[in-house]
Amino acid sequence: MSRGDRWLAWGSGLALAIVLFATSALFGVTLFEGVPRLDLAFFVEAPDASMVGGGIAPALVGTALVTLLMTVAGVPVGVATGIWLAEYAPRAGRFGPRLAVLVRAAVANLAGVPSIVFGLFGLGFFVLFVGRGLDHALAEGAPVWGRPGLLWASLTLAVLTLPVVIVTTEEAIRAVPDSLREAALGVGATRLDTVFRVVLPRAAPGIWTGVVLAIGRGAGEVAPILFTGAANYLPELPNDPRDMFMHLGYHVYALSTQSPDVDASRPTLFATVLVLLALAFLLNLVASVLRSRARRMA
Amino acid sequence: MKLGRVRTPWWHRAIERLIALFASSAILAVIAIGVFVFRQAWPLLIDDDALTDQGGLASLFRPRLWPGYDEPLHVWQPVGFPGKLDVIPLVVGTLKITGLTMAIAIPLGVGGAVFLSEVAPRRVREWVKAAVELLAAVPSVVVGFFVLAILAGGVQRAFDLTYRLNAFVAAIGLAFAVVPVVLTITEDALRTVPRELVEASLALGARRWQTTLGVTLPAAMPGIAAAVVLGFGRAIGETMIVLMASGNAPVMGLDPTSSARTLTATIAAELGEVTPGSDHWRVLFLLGALLFVVTFALNELGRWVVLRLRRKLRAEEVAPVSGRARRATATAEVAS
Repeated sequence: MSRGDRWLAWGSGLALAIVLFATSALFGVTLFEGVPRLDLAFFVEAPDASMVGGGIAPALVGTALVTLLMTVAGVPVGVATGIWLAEYAPRAGRFGPRLAVLVRAAVANLAGVPSIVFGLFGLGFFVLFVGRGLDHALAEGAPVWGRPGLLWASLTLAVLTLPVVIVTTEEAIRAVPDSLREAALGVGATRLDTVFRVVLPRAAPGIWTGVVLAIGRGAGEVAPILFTGAANYLPELPNDPRDMFMHLGYHVYALSTQSPDVDASRPTLFATVLVLLALAFLLNLVASVLRSRARRMA
Repeated sequence: MKLGRVRTPWWHRAIERLIALFASSAILAVIAIGVFVFRQAWPLLIDDDALTDQGGLASLFRPRLWPGYDEPLHVWQPVGFPGKLDVIPLVVGTLKITGLTMAIAIPLGVGGAVFLSEVAPRRVREWVKAAVELLAAVPSVVVGFFVLAILAGGVQRAFDLTYRLNAFVAAIGLAFAVVPVVLTITEDALRTVPRELVEASLALGARRWQTTLGVTLPAAMPGIAAAVVLGFGRAIGETMIVLMASGNAPVMGLDPTSSARTLTATIAAELGEVTPGSDHWRVLFLLGALLFVVTFALNELGRWVVLRLRRKLRAEEVAPVSGRARRATATAEVAS
């Protein structure tokens, strides 16, 4: 190794070391400061009025609900789009490939739209346009649909996570060997049968990877739900999709910027951040396990 | 090729139609975002009564002699009489923070990618890539909190800064979000550089580092440019980190140790408290529309570069030349 080689190795290694150090510092400090505050009560109790004592149960439930609704609303659309891009677009005559180019461009751009713009969109479209429109149509006196709530926040997040699902689904389906399709079609299966009984089962681990990644992304986003449904302090659980809800990420934001007593809220904050980080870590782990299984199958 | 006709049940066709319908959802979503964000800002542009106490639409960009000030200034101070809605300080704040972010994130991201693709052994690479992926999965509100609670105090003490929260610490926080983008795309670009180029350079007697700096990096330049453009788009659009770490004072000027307020943080902090339909509300949506257009353009630019690069690589792959002949041509190209 020449002197120049060593310089290159050390220089680039230093850059990487800084990145890795910052990552481990973030995880390490959170773990160190957050763990002492964790006990069972933290997970099952509601926060008290100062938000310093008590637990984070409503925020946990709210996050779970909004993510669940988001998945139910977004994944079918995303998977269908991925199926169409990989299976139907190339065979849909002259029109298909051209539309596919447009769809891919839209997906790439959707992935780059800032999350706060999704928040504006959720407010402008779901809450004010759809919600107020429903109120008008159903002749509700006070706004029932036309105000921020769980449903609108979920749908906003569903649009936000659409690109993740679409891209991974398309990739997973493309990785399925053509010989399988030909065999199915050869024995007389229709195209739809081939897709649903042969291609999709084989592509399933890859598609699930996308779903898990989308859940991870959606569960951590705060900006899109600021104006579409997240509540600052709401100890009761939502029992209607139009209710507002507490959310882990929003709770972290609210506690760290609006807390009356910063020092007192510090342990609670670190513990909440730890839960959020653990969630991100676990989902990431599940996604990579699924991905390696998908690679082995392909 | 049509063999005996397979009969497709009508409901198979129906489901296929439905799938095709769903597939247009992404296009519809992008259009709807543009339309419904812009819709709330639209009255500003057509309504003569809009922004009258400001002096019309142009006042959003023009310095003005506000009561109580000595000279015409750009001021964003929407609460007060009169509400001062000049967006220039926000644009300056955004550019200041994103500029600083890129100054941190490009060396780290590109350097890290060089180490991964040129220096690191395979096993190390797998582990490090997993760690970078994990970093990319950290929610931005967590990074914002980390900067606010841990980093800002340390940086203030270390550099003896007047303000604890400022553009510089916000940029460090944003780098957490931008580095994974730059690093992964750059690494992909470096790894798709044709091996022939590298081998030719080494065979001509160039050292590894000379090859990396003189052949691999230039050959990967379009990909690296795309990485930078997409990272920039991410930095401009990131909300929670800057909202929590930048101090949020709409200061004019480019001092990195002073506070700054970005477009995204302004929307996030103020929209919850304004009257729907007021001028202030509409200006916030206008800022959102501006962000949408800017990130759209950056994305198209980055995508165009990547697509062109990929097409070039594919063209080289399918060239019907034998391995040895290909290597010889590549060598000749480098030598000439």
